[in-house]
Amino acid sequence: LKKTLSLITTCLVLLTAKSKKTLAKPGVKNVVLVEGVRTPFLQSGTTYADLMPHDLARAALQGLLHRTGFPKEAVDYIVYGTVIQEVKTSNVAREAALGAGFSDRTPAHTVTMACISSNQAMTTAVGLIAAGQCDAVVAGGVEFMSDVPIRHSRKMRKTMLSLNKAKTLGARLSLLGSIRLAHLSPELPAVAEFSTAETMGHSADRLAAAFGVSRQEQDEFALRSHTLAKKAQDEGLLSDIVGFKVPGKDIVSKDNGIRPSTMEQMAKLKPAFVKPHGTVTAANSSYLTDGASAVLIMSEEKALAMGYKPKAYLRDFVYVSQDPKDQLLLGPTYATPKVLERSGLTLADIDVFEFHEAFAGQILANLKAMESDWFAQNCMGRKAKVGAPPLDKFNMWGGSLSLGHPFAATGCRLVTTVAHRLKKEGGQYGLVAACAAGGQGHAMVIEAYPQ
Amino acid sequence: MASVRAAGTLIRSAASRYPHFSVNGRRNFSASSALLARTYVNYELKDDVAVIKINDPSGRVNTLTKMMESEMMEVLYEVWGNGAVKSAVVISTKPGSFIAGADLNMIKACKSAEEVSGLSRDGQKMFEKIENSPIPIVAAINGPCLGGGLEFAIACQYRVATKSKKTVLACPEVLLGLLPGAGGTQRLPKMLGLPAALDMVLTGRSIRPDKAKKMGLIHHVVDQLGPGLNDPEASTMKYLEEVAVGVAKDLAKKKISLEKKKGLMQKLQDSVLGLSFVRKQIYNTVQKKVMKQTKGLYPAPLKIIECVQTGIEKGSAEGYKVESEHFGKLAMSSESNALIGLYQGQVACKKNNFGKPEKDVKKLAILGAGLMGAGIAQVSVDKGISTILKDTVTEGVVRGYNQVYKGMNDKVKKKSMTSFERDTNMSFLSGQIDYSGFQNADIVIEAVFEDLSIKHKVLKEVEAVISPHCIFASNTSALPIKDIAAASKRPDKVIGMHYFSPVDKMQLLEIITTDKTSKDTTATAVALGLKQGKLIIVVGDGPGFYTTRCLGPTLSEAVRVLQEGVTPKKLDSLTTSFGFPVGLTALIDEVGVDVAAHVAEDLGKAFGPRFGGGNPELLKTMVQKGFKGRKTGKGWYIYASKKKEKQLNSGAEEVLKAFKLTAPPAVSGDEDVQYRLTSRFVNEAVLCLQEGILADPIQGDIGAVFGLGFPPCLGGPFRFVDSFGADKLVQKMKRYEDVYGIQFTPCQLLLDYAKDPSKKFHK
Repeated sequence: LKKTLSLITTCLVLLTAKSKKTLAKPGVKNVVLVEGVRTPFLQSGTTYADLMPHDLARAALQGLLHRTGFPKEAVDYIVYGTVIQEVKTSNVAREAALGAGFSDRTPAHTVTMACISSNQAMTTAVGLIAAGQCDAVVAGGVEFMSDVPIRHSRKMRKTMLSLNKAKTLGARLSLLGSIRLAHLSPELPAVAEFSTAETMGHSADRLAAAFGVSRQEQDEFALRSHTLAKKAQDEGLLSDIVGFKVPGKDIVSKDNGIRPSTMEQMAKLKPAFVKPHGTVTAANSSYLTDGASAVLIMSEEKALAMGYKPKAYLRDFVYVSQDPKDQLLLGPTYATPKVLERSGLTLADIDVFEFHEAFAGQILANLKAMESDWFAQNCMGRKAKVGAPPLDKFNMWGGSLSLGHPFAATGCRLVTTVAHRLKKEGGQYGLVAACAAGGQGHAMVIEAYPQ
Repeated sequence: MASVRAAGTLIRSAASRYPHFSVNGRRNFSASSALLARTYVNYELKDDVAVIKINDPSGRVNTLTKMMESEMMEVLYEVWGNGAVKSAVVISTKPGSFIAGADLNMIKACKSAEEVSGLSRDGQKMFEKIENSPIPIVAAINGPCLGGGLEFAIACQYRVATKSKKTVLACPEVLLGLLPGAGGTQRLPKMLGLPAALDMVLTGRSIRPDKAKKMGLIHHVVDQLGPGLNDPEASTMKYLEEVAVGVAKDLAKKKISLEKKKGLMQKLQDSVLGLSFVRKQIYNTVQKKVMKQTKGLYPAPLKIIECVQTGIEKGSAEGYKVESEHFGKLAMSSESNALIGLYQGQVACKKNNFGKPEKDVKKLAILGAGLMGAGIAQVSVDKGISTILKDTVTEGVVRGYNQVYKGMNDKVKKKSMTSFERDTNMSFLSGQIDYSGFQNADIVIEAVFEDLSIKHKVLKEVEAVISPHCIFASNTSALPIKDIAAASKRPDKVIGMHYFSPVDKMQLLEIITTDKTSKDTTATAVALGLKQGKLIIVVGDGPGFYTTRCLGPTLSEAVRVLQEGVTPKKLDSLTTSFGFPVGLTALIDEVGVDVAAHVAEDLGKAFGPRFGGGNPELLKTMVQKGFKGRKTGKGWYIYASKKKEKQLNSGAEEVLKAFKLTAPPAVSGDEDVQYRLTSRFVNEAVLCLQEGILADPIQGDIGAVFGLGFPPCLGGPFRFVDSFGADKLVQKMKRYEDVYGIQFTPCQLLLDYAKDPSKKFHK
């Protein structure tokens, strides 16, 4: 009897698994993720400190080639994301590709869309393939916060530019004489919105307050992220990492920001942005990170023809945008129902959720927003809430809070993690969602590749 | 107040008899049902914090009324009697309003200075009790915290305020001819230091939360929230309450100290101000400044200085005494009466009495990108109204566009607008030289040259391209609207919208309706004006409408006075010392001598000898010589140099010599000159009311003060007649009539009021 029962159960499981349809669309090419890798994500100012952004990007790109054994000349195109630009390598995609030994006949361009830059790189690749322009595209992103462009003041820049044009010694001297001490103070880049001048952490704190997210909830969520990341790291689940031999230093093979703390320790921190009563602290925010990621995206037929076993299908995706002041970080709330509708899925169909964790308060605010009929009706123009993802399917291998968040590299990490988790957990559909500066957001549905 | 105190003792004893007297307990506490039925003030307990909530259900904003005050004291005694309560928070549950001040009707109802002083003393005592509260009280402020509301807040031990745009703190009493009469003149200097406190009470300026925190007026600011689980306003209020409760708990536990940490500058300032001769110097300087600005016409600022000085030099007890005495005296002064009248008039002129328009103005088109056209564009695009600015030549468009940009960029420099807001606002502006897009306009305002044939030409051009619902408004300052509408196919859609220059600074908008203008057209024009932030008077049609018409005889008299040998400088000083903010000759230069000449000629034709007096040829000669006022660099004065002292234009002096007349000695004294000018202004205003151009005296006063600079201390021509006495004015006019003739003949309505002293324009 036991045997029969277990047989029936197996059949049922198979049946239910089978009953889930594939999201392939007639007349649209299947686009697949063949491989995804990343450098270890390190807190900025640590082992990567003396590199340049394209060095990190090179490491990811070389790692991808190395892991896949993909012939360089078969890469049709390269799209790479970055947010804070190193002015010397403004098209970092091209510099990194050349440095990584890709063919100089493979064009490369750089995209930027804040924290969803590499999502933009990947969906650009999807578009190129779906349109029949390319068959194999490498996408990725890099962020290097150990060094950022710090500029002279506008007045000083103006003087220096005029100096180039000054013809006589007298003219030069008079320009030099016009320099004042105040002109020497530099301009530092800030993680602040241009349109509102508000820093992102400040906005996150207000967002958390608007959704009634407490400090304790945020600390708990951050602790969860670190704990899950530590577990995934210990169990060797973070297999998208490729080791990086830093010139003159050791091989780096692990993320270095995963630090499960205790609630008591976290409670001691003072708020970082809204003082003195704010709830967002250094411990429940993502930190400044150096890192790069890369993925190989192909048409299914080409991948199979070349003998590759794809990891997942990249299906529908959406970009959304909303008020950059009061809804700066609510991208996932807006993007999730939209992409589900486009795919004909419901929240319950999704087995694996990977959301970008900018701040614990931001994630929890998004979850509350998705659970709120008031918000759905009054802000999103929907009849009812879409519902929030169940936490037992949510960011189970850690997230940006613990693994780190190199702005333009995070998107590829999310997509690769979904593919790996779908395989490991035996799910069929995964959902990636992320918020970005400018009040924008993104979501993508990923379907497991049949085993 | 006595009854309140009695009730208070009663409650305190009740509280001691029932030691478990809590909010939950109170619900079942039927023995004192009167306590349950509180209308204005209620409270609930959050742990050991009493959250006291105020809300005046009868008004749009909370005001300090006797009822509110007595309920507040009831609640406070109840809270103080409850040993379990360790701290308290006072918060308003009315959206966007903390306490907008004391109830003006409460003051107006008083018959004597002594009665008003009594009110002041009651307030002082109440706030003294709050200041001496055994538990810390936190004022949680969202929305205006003004006057008595501010005095209430500064009596509390701690202040938390939201960064909402609506949150402002100010002592506007001086603007109403009063002083902060409930301890404000005593507490503020201690809290902010002498210079900052004097500035605040003497200017009445609004202080935004961030600045208030820097000054030490408040302790803690709370950000505004966006939409979350509730609408932004409700979320922000909840947030404010939570933060305030947290602060209150910390205060009770002494985690937050009330001791202010003083910076080096502060310590330095304190030690300097510790010297009595330094303080004396400050009082003198401030007093001189006040005298210079007010010409001694406004008593309140001087009394305020006296109150502050007494409090500091002779101690609080004496300070409070002087404060309440002066408060009573000021409340009975004609100046305060005038200023309060203007305030209430402003409130009345911020309403649309013509109903909701059928269609909102989404797109506005302006013809003529000159000073006026561009000014109208500026106050429209910064409210998010999509605006076309059309001129006949590209140079004109560019000039207008730059004016709008500069207007907003100046705000960016002053930090009242962000550069991003400026850019977004500019995106609403379209400068062009053709009629493209006019088919989508909801209203077209013409600001082209003041010439009827040109107005007719553009009206016909516009009507050929606009959609049927579109309104045609003329920004003429003198041409009758019905004459302009004569060329229209749809006179029901034609209206006058008379803006004042500079449009972004002058608050007034005079809307002129003809007997054919439809009600919806008027409603739409008023709605647009209100959106542009204007004070609106709606008047009947006729040459010069109301404002320009009042100005006509006044300017004519000014020219007469100049012809009689009074120098432009002397005339300016006579008018400013009477209370006009700008001297009359300076005003002509600002408006433009050519405009004044034009108006004088037009109105002179329309109204005949009543508008006579000065020789109209004088202004024309000025124009011929190129002395058109500030815009040409020369008028009565020379504007080329940046010297402080304005130089007289010698060319203008020569013109004056050519037109010189002998001054009749009987009516040419300084005071007579002032009353000759004022009486002609006032008589014309009263005539406008008599003829139905004006619907009521309130709009007449607002129009005269905010459009033409009639002395605010007199409250407008009608308020002036009330306080000066129609009979006295008629007497003066008859005296002038004997010398000059018909231009000083009082109108019938003024004669009626002179005959019956009980008749008043304002109740």
